[in-house]
Amino acid sequence: MQHVAIADQIDEMHDPQSFVTKYIWSQDHKVIAIQYSLTAIFVGLVALVLSGLMRLQLGFPDTFDFIDPTAYLQFVTMHGMIMVIYLLTALLLGGFGNYMIPLMIGARDMVFPYLNMLSYWMYLLSVLVLLSSFFAPGGPTGAGWTLYPPQAILQGTPGYDWGIILMLASLAIFIIAFTMGGLNYVTTVLQARTHGMTLMRMPLTIWGIFTATILGLLAFPALLVSAIMMMLDKVLGTSFFMPALVSLGESLDYTGGSPVLFQHLFWFFGHPEVYIVALPAFGMVSDVLATHARKNIFGYRMMVWAIVAIGGLSFIVWAHHMYVSGMHPAFGFFFATTTLIIAIPTAIKVYNWVLTLWQGNIHLTVPMLFAIGFIFTFTHGGLTGLFLGNVVIDLPLSDTYFVVAHFHMVMGVSPVMVLFAAIYHWYPLISGRMFNVTLGKAHFWFTFLGTYAIYLPMHYLGFLGVPRRYFAMGSTDFIPESAQSLNASITISALIVGVSQLLFLYNIFWSLRHGKQAGHNPWGATSLEWQTPDVPPHHGNWGAELPRVYRWAYDYSVPGAEHDFIPQNHPVTDTEGTAGDHGESEK
Amino acid sequence: MKALKILRSKPWLHDSEVAVAAPQYAGPDTAAAGRIALRFFLLVVSVLFFLFIITFLSRSQYPDFEALAGAPWQPFTDPSRLWFNTGLLAFSSLAMQLGLAGAHRGKLNIVVAGISAAAFFAVMFLVAQLDLWLHLQSMGFYVGGNPANSYFYLLTAVHGLHLMGGLMVLSNVVFRVWYDDELSSLSSPLQLCTTYWHFLLVIWLVVFALLTSRPETINALAAMCGF
Repeated sequence: MQHVAIADQIDEMHDPQSFVTKYIWSQDHKVIAIQYSLTAIFVGLVALVLSGLMRLQLGFPDTFDFIDPTAYLQFVTMHGMIMVIYLLTALLLGGFGNYMIPLMIGARDMVFPYLNMLSYWMYLLSVLVLLSSFFAPGGPTGAGWTLYPPQAILQGTPGYDWGIILMLASLAIFIIAFTMGGLNYVTTVLQARTHGMTLMRMPLTIWGIFTATILGLLAFPALLVSAIMMMLDKVLGTSFFMPALVSLGESLDYTGGSPVLFQHLFWFFGHPEVYIVALPAFGMVSDVLATHARKNIFGYRMMVWAIVAIGGLSFIVWAHHMYVSGMHPAFGFFFATTTLIIAIPTAIKVYNWVLTLWQGNIHLTVPMLFAIGFIFTFTHGGLTGLFLGNVVIDLPLSDTYFVVAHFHMVMGVSPVMVLFAAIYHWYPLISGRMFNVTLGKAHFWFTFLGTYAIYLPMHYLGFLGVPRRYFAMGSTDFIPESAQSLNASITISALIVGVSQLLFLYNIFWSLRHGKQAGHNPWGATSLEWQTPDVPPHHGNWGAELPRVYRWAYDYSVPGAEHDFIPQNHPVTDTEGTAGDHGESEK
Repeated sequence: MKALKILRSKPWLHDSEVAVAAPQYAGPDTAAAGRIALRFFLLVVSVLFFLFIITFLSRSQYPDFEALAGAPWQPFTDPSRLWFNTGLLAFSSLAMQLGLAGAHRGKLNIVVAGISAAAFFAVMFLVAQLDLWLHLQSMGFYVGGNPANSYFYLLTAVHGLHLMGGLMVLSNVVFRVWYDDELSSLSSPLQLCTTYWHFLLVIWLVVFALLTSRPETINALAAMCGF
């Protein structure tokens, strides 16, 4: 039986008039995407401020009275959790996933718009629950973002009473929100592609988001399971994870639970989470590079295969986060091997990005600068990952700043570089106006050079053996005094980078009103989202008729074409298929 | 292998077939979308229970674990109460199937009878599970007493919550049909609900089997998983 999708009914439900139905209780994927993005950027700024406070303590110990060890641990924990889950996951999938999926595949909306709206409001609830822990008695949890038991729920850890409960509740709500959104993204990609949009004609952005969403759907249950079980340990006194122990001289009621079991569950979620963040970023950066280098993405099929392969492999590497917890040597060998194997598809992607630039017509626009910056930061962070994937190298480095440097380069800075590239790239579409280029370039250079000034020295601190997670170093013989000057310099760089993000915020909001009209398809991009009748796209995206797709998303610099690109919805001409087909040479 | 064939295609070559005029595409088929989304959702719930069960098997190998069946003083050595509850859930599933058959044939009275009976038995199942909780409490099997007890309360609670979610969706479907007064619009959402009901019955049977397993069975399963 053929149903007419809700999004395709031009009825009262889809012609929102009042402010409330248009911008608050909206079921339009574009509005929901913007709601998701603004919320995520807001909590991201909170987390950025927290990192600044951490750096103040590390760079200038004994200077700031309001940062005590308790507060420091709380800053670390909340910074990590917010950045990974509530900023990156939400902005990449909730924000860009929502905005791009229907537009890039030629649909009018998600297949379940109501569920989509619900997803955002659940996400907002999870953020509010999380932020409320700042005002709870005892403050937010300071257990570290991995929330390892038994310490996470024991007296002595900051926020062991209220903070941890609110954190676990917030995570559970977030997972429900993500599942609602995720089911929507996957179903929309599989079911709502317009005529001619085969899976292999989808832009890589959609491939990245699609695969990451499947990873999320399969991985987040592990976090839910661990959150529920830890909540029961805390509230009802069960002993899933809590071993029999004596705390502060008092024997507790817990019997022999297994903290390592929690670690397995947490990292069974935690490692795919890295790729939940990375795969959409991989996809988006591919499209930005191809568009601004006016060249088809090198090895499209290989890029798709690599995304799928990385997604699959990401489920069998989790224990490389647990080498220091101790494990059977055979397991260590297995997980080290699978970890190193992931380097193969990842390296393919990096080579393909570089080869896309090779002999391209590179335009150093602001999004392109960020995309090229990403190739640097990602290669850099990825290579240190190869060090840490080996058990014998990981053991001495694991608790040092080397690891902090590694994961900030690979999954902190790199996805953020892509997010900036993507925001600048699609800003003309979303707002209808162009941003200020000078401010954008200044923002890039501060951010790019600044992150190197922050994270490059951290590798050296790690080699020196400077331990991470510590509030203060105290007098330690093996750490030279110069390490402290390095720490101070890192802090100053971090503060400069943090403040320079104001350039971005100012640019984005100023340009909403004062930027010059972007017009239709200012970058000359081929993918469908730029081919809408209105800019920014109106409700329903496509006017009366859905677009029809005739080609893949990378027909750039086509010989003999009227412009140097051919959009996906342009029919193939007779001459194209036979003589001088640029694609033929690649067979 | 359709997936492999898709992944092997070469999108940069111009495929003349697609360029040929085809009937105007009107938009996605919501019934098919519902089926796909449900399949993914069932996958997510399966992973959830799979992980709970894996942790159960892992936790069972610690010395303080005492399985709820096996010894005469353990509550599920005689699982007759659980069989009774299982019967309620099975009746609920059966009634859903009956209601669905009615919807396919356009018989409103069968639909109403089926859905009502399904909802009734589902609620009765939840009440019976709650009664089982109270029964175990009265026997001194508290949630924190032993990891096996904890898992009993945890797994039954998570399963019950999923059934409650199903009841909410079902009531939404019924309400929509009432509002539309259109029987034909019922059959595809009812199909999804019925699939979900059967799925929850299967999940319950797995949980049931696990909770009533003797220590030897649990140990054998755990050994197979490498714990």
